[in-house]
Amino acid sequence: MSLNHRDVQEILASEEFKSLVRSRVSVSLTLTVIMLAVYFGFILTIAFHRELLAVKIGEVITVGLPIGIGIIVFAWLLTGVYTRWANQSYDKRVRKLRNEILNR
Amino acid sequence: MEHFETTLGQANIASIIIFFVFVAVTLGITYWAAKRTKTTKEFYAADRSISGFQNGLALSGDYMSAASFLGIAGMVALKGYDGLIYSIGFLVGWPLVMFLIAEPLRNLGKFTFADVVAFRLRQKPVRVASSVGSLMTIVFYLIAQMVGAGALIQILFGLPYETAVIIVGCVMIAYVLFGGMLATTWVQIIKAVLLLTGATVLVILTLAHFDFSPTALFHQAVDRYGDAVLSPGGFVTNPWDAISLGIALILGTAGLPHILMRFFTVPDAKQARKSVFVATGFIGYFYILTFIIGFGAMVFVGQDIIIGVDKGGNMAALLLSEAIGGRFFLGFIAAVAFATILAVVAGLTLSGASTLSHDLYVSVFKDGKTDEAGEVRVAKIATLCIGLLAILLGFAFKGQNVAFTVGLAFAIAASANFPSLLLSIVWKRYTTAGAVASIVTGAGLAVLLIVLSPTVWVDILKNEAAIFPLKNPALFSMAAAFLVGVVVSLMKPEPAAQAKFEDEKLRTYLGIGAE
Repeated sequence: MSLNHRDVQEILASEEFKSLVRSRVSVSLTLTVIMLAVYFGFILTIAFHRELLAVKIGEVITVGLPIGIGIIVFAWLLTGVYTRWANQSYDKRVRKLRNEILNR
Repeated sequence: MEHFETTLGQANIASIIIFFVFVAVTLGITYWAAKRTKTTKEFYAADRSISGFQNGLALSGDYMSAASFLGIAGMVALKGYDGLIYSIGFLVGWPLVMFLIAEPLRNLGKFTFADVVAFRLRQKPVRVASSVGSLMTIVFYLIAQMVGAGALIQILFGLPYETAVIIVGCVMIAYVLFGGMLATTWVQIIKAVLLLTGATVLVILTLAHFDFSPTALFHQAVDRYGDAVLSPGGFVTNPWDAISLGIALILGTAGLPHILMRFFTVPDAKQARKSVFVATGFIGYFYILTFIIGFGAMVFVGQDIIIGVDKGGNMAALLLSEAIGGRFFLGFIAAVAFATILAVVAGLTLSGASTLSHDLYVSVFKDGKTDEAGEVRVAKIATLCIGLLAILLGFAFKGQNVAFTVGLAFAIAASANFPSLLLSIVWKRYTTAGAVASIVTGAGLAVLLIVLSPTVWVDILKNEAAIFPLKNPALFSMAAAFLVGVVVSLMKPEPAAQAKFEDEKLRTYLGIGAE
């Protein structure tokens, strides 16, 4: 592969590459913010209104139980959402750009 | 159930046999791996031959330490729901590793995360600073693991503490020294499979007593210990404490050198991403199992007996396996716990050795000019040094209260390693001076503040009141590291680094030129 400086500048300036970077940054940041909001929302609820999680939804089961387990499952599903997006959309665009560049 | 006598502390034939089988098999793998460990790429990164799924298992093996298995199960057994809150903090860092770090790290780096931090900055100062952050994280993590190993094996096998530390040290050195990353990876995979299998069987045996209804198990726990076991208790009282601990656990996960190093063992960014998905799934599943194991121990063993054996409750999972599965099953779980420690310590040692040889010796003392054989030789000497250091740390801290060192390792990882890594990936104006100042601030502040915190100042040094109010310093030390990194970078721009940032983008996003 021989990429000269002008080629690199051209690719970096191309709308295709820029929109690829934009979509990756926005997906990453959105998912990061969602994860942090869920976790710190949970922690701050416990800090300020812990009685909310002690509300019973069954004879002994509290609402905190499905919420706690739910956060673990949610964190995993979120990594699944990202993986699916990256495998289906991001990788395709990366492959296309890579081929264009490497076939120059 | 009412009168349960434990055999913990006596030699258990089953555990000794299972443990010897584990050591024999893993040393066999090490022998196989040794023949495939000649070049630096093979030694540090298993020739990038590990698949995403395998690496996911190995990552979970690296992360599920004996401390999280025994410690969290014990915390659940004694405090109920609070143990779950704690384990959630350990899991939530993983999605962030995927969204922010994994793929750029894989594309930009070669063997260590310092490769990425130093990518477009001046090599020497940045390598030295990131090595300090890495080594501090590794040493504090090692202290907790080695002391835990000695104490645990003493209880499990009736072996003297020093003998246990030496056995762990020598076997672990053998894995890393001869088998490099390939052997270490397979040790992690085997250990992860054993641990997940053991925990699953323990949960099945527990739930079998309740017609496989977790609700019935929780019902019995509530009948015996009251509603409080299923509600948040005293774990989160001060919101600032909770936020600071949360930051340490989440961002610390994304800054652990031995975890980050694993991303260089897969062939490309796609496999790096897959490995986080797999790891998060297994670790999450494991924490759900530990929650049920904790409740099982609470019901079948009882809190009084658990506290009687170990004040911190660390033996809860083992007591449950004996109460419910008999001596043979106890032997199996005990051997798994031992294997767990070995694997985690091996991962830490390899990571420490690569920092010494790749980041310090080659990049700083030799200006990046060494031949393959020379660097592998240095990496092996470094392995021996870190391995011996681990044994000495185990001796030095015998009987000390070292529980805080894990929190400290996470705080340093979150404050020194994570900010410098993230800023170097995303921020064009980041400079050499900014990186060095940020790492030094983060690491220095994390250590200083934890000494002044209630965790050390009051609990260990027995002073009246703490000078710094929070138990974990990460909130302040991490924020200060980011702030210092940004301010120092803005004060004096580094045009060369900015120019390289644009070129680096092709590699970060497209993987062009990635090794």
